[in-house]
Amino acid sequence: MSVLEIQDVDVFYGDFQALFKVSFTVEEGQTFACIGANGGGKSTLLRTVAGLQRPRSGTVLFQGKPVDQISAHDRVKLGIALVPEGRRVFPSLSVYENLQIGAYGGRKGDWSIESVMELFPLLKPLSKRQASSLSGGEQQALAIGRALMSNPTLLLLDEVSLGLAPVVIKRIYEAMVHLVGIGTTIVVVEQDVQHVLTVADHVACFLEGRISLEGKPSDLSSEAITAAYFGM
Amino acid sequence: MDWVNVAIQGILLGGLYALFATGLALVFGVMRMVNLAHGDLGILAAFVALFIVQSLGVGVLWASVITIVIMFLVGYLLQRGLLNFTLGADDTRPIVVTFGLSIIIQNGLIMWFSADSQGLDAGTIENISVKINDQLSIGWYPLLVFIASIAVIAGLQLFLGRTKLGRAFRATSDDREAAELMGINNRHIYGLAMAIALAIVALAGILLAVRTTFDPTQGAFRLIYAFEAVIMGGMGSMWGTLIGGIVLGVSQTIGSQAFGAGWGLLVGHLVFLTVLAVRPSGFFAKTVTA
Repeated sequence: MSVLEIQDVDVFYGDFQALFKVSFTVEEGQTFACIGANGGGKSTLLRTVAGLQRPRSGTVLFQGKPVDQISAHDRVKLGIALVPEGRRVFPSLSVYENLQIGAYGGRKGDWSIESVMELFPLLKPLSKRQASSLSGGEQQALAIGRALMSNPTLLLLDEVSLGLAPVVIKRIYEAMVHLVGIGTTIVVVEQDVQHVLTVADHVACFLEGRISLEGKPSDLSSEAITAAYFGM
Repeated sequence: MDWVNVAIQGILLGGLYALFATGLALVFGVMRMVNLAHGDLGILAAFVALFIVQSLGVGVLWASVITIVIMFLVGYLLQRGLLNFTLGADDTRPIVVTFGLSIIIQNGLIMWFSADSQGLDAGTIENISVKINDQLSIGWYPLLVFIASIAVIAGLQLFLGRTKLGRAFRATSDDREAAELMGINNRHIYGLAMAIALAIVALAGILLAVRTTFDPTQGAFRLIYAFEAVIMGGMGSMWGTLIGGIVLGVSQTIGSQAFGAGWGLLVGHLVFLTVLAVRPSGFFAKTVTA
């Protein structure tokens, strides 16, 4: 069964249309990469799946059931977790408290503060620190760990490598490989195409609110991807 | 010894001001909403307690418990049924709506209870005092009010700092949308914040009503004192609010002693303006950004 199915989704910000009849399917255990230039609608898509944005028409199905009427805070309890663009950790809370808040929904699963710290050992010594005092990479690790605390079936990652040092990006991608290994389904939005294609087994290129190219990375030539990316 | 006595009266009075201000600070902290009906809601609670005493014939203590529970529920329903819809678009909407609410409460109370001054009689506790020495004695009641204020603020601080729900309050205050992504229903959190705020201001209103006479127009003054306490203390710090309340209380009682009754209020406002000019963010401002 597919974990996520998007059917003809139109999303607007006021009068501005961000997504035009977008459809695709993510299978269980897949790593689905959304690439494309700024303003392509990738982040809007993740926000729509998480419930922060409502489609004007079309449907989002999670594990076969429509979730359009379910609010963002209830979707977490179904197993959808979004790591938002810009990390958005709770600045006044400690690292430990940020992770505790991640488990607020009470969804059962294997993730715990200990296992998150095992996945991101850099968080261990920072446990009592205020999240606002963390570096960008530390905040990103915390944001992913916080999302994992909700024991998601579907993990949505928005621009996880943006503005981070290469060594940190490497560590985050290693963590992603580990998550795929334990069966997590991931939809990742990235601008760093080369990097994301090393972990993705399916890729969709977004251009001005539409999918301009879709397929397995192995089936797509880099010329085709470049053309779809820039709309040439 | 007169001055010491006056200062102590001021400190104790400051506790009551802080209690009025705590709910205002909580609501502002959690949802960045300014509730202009806050003072009137405290006075409303005093009238509710008066009504319960008169109609059910119970003592002030029981009437207080019932009133606090009622105001807790009123707070939750008011937030979810009305005030939540004013949030988001622009900051002026909740101000206009709560200003309207303030007028409705005041006039409703005048219609129902008339504009006469009322009193809540708590019995002998109002008149007994502890004697420190020949010149100095402290009334039990003002002392009790002060202790209650500290207990409420400490309890609220513990709730915010140590409990799962308190953490959700702080997370929502930091970033509402990110909190939604953690499974936190912000509308429910806002409802609870207003419920707690009104429960606390109900206690403050009743304590005030036992201490002095009250009438339907008092809410506006209470609101101003509460604002002054919160701003002097620094937004976001509950203990700061207590200090702010104490500074205001002491300024007022010392002002009255030095320049005559009636001047105290003016001195209180002047001290507030001075603090605002010298230290605009208050004594213990606590703001954190990402």
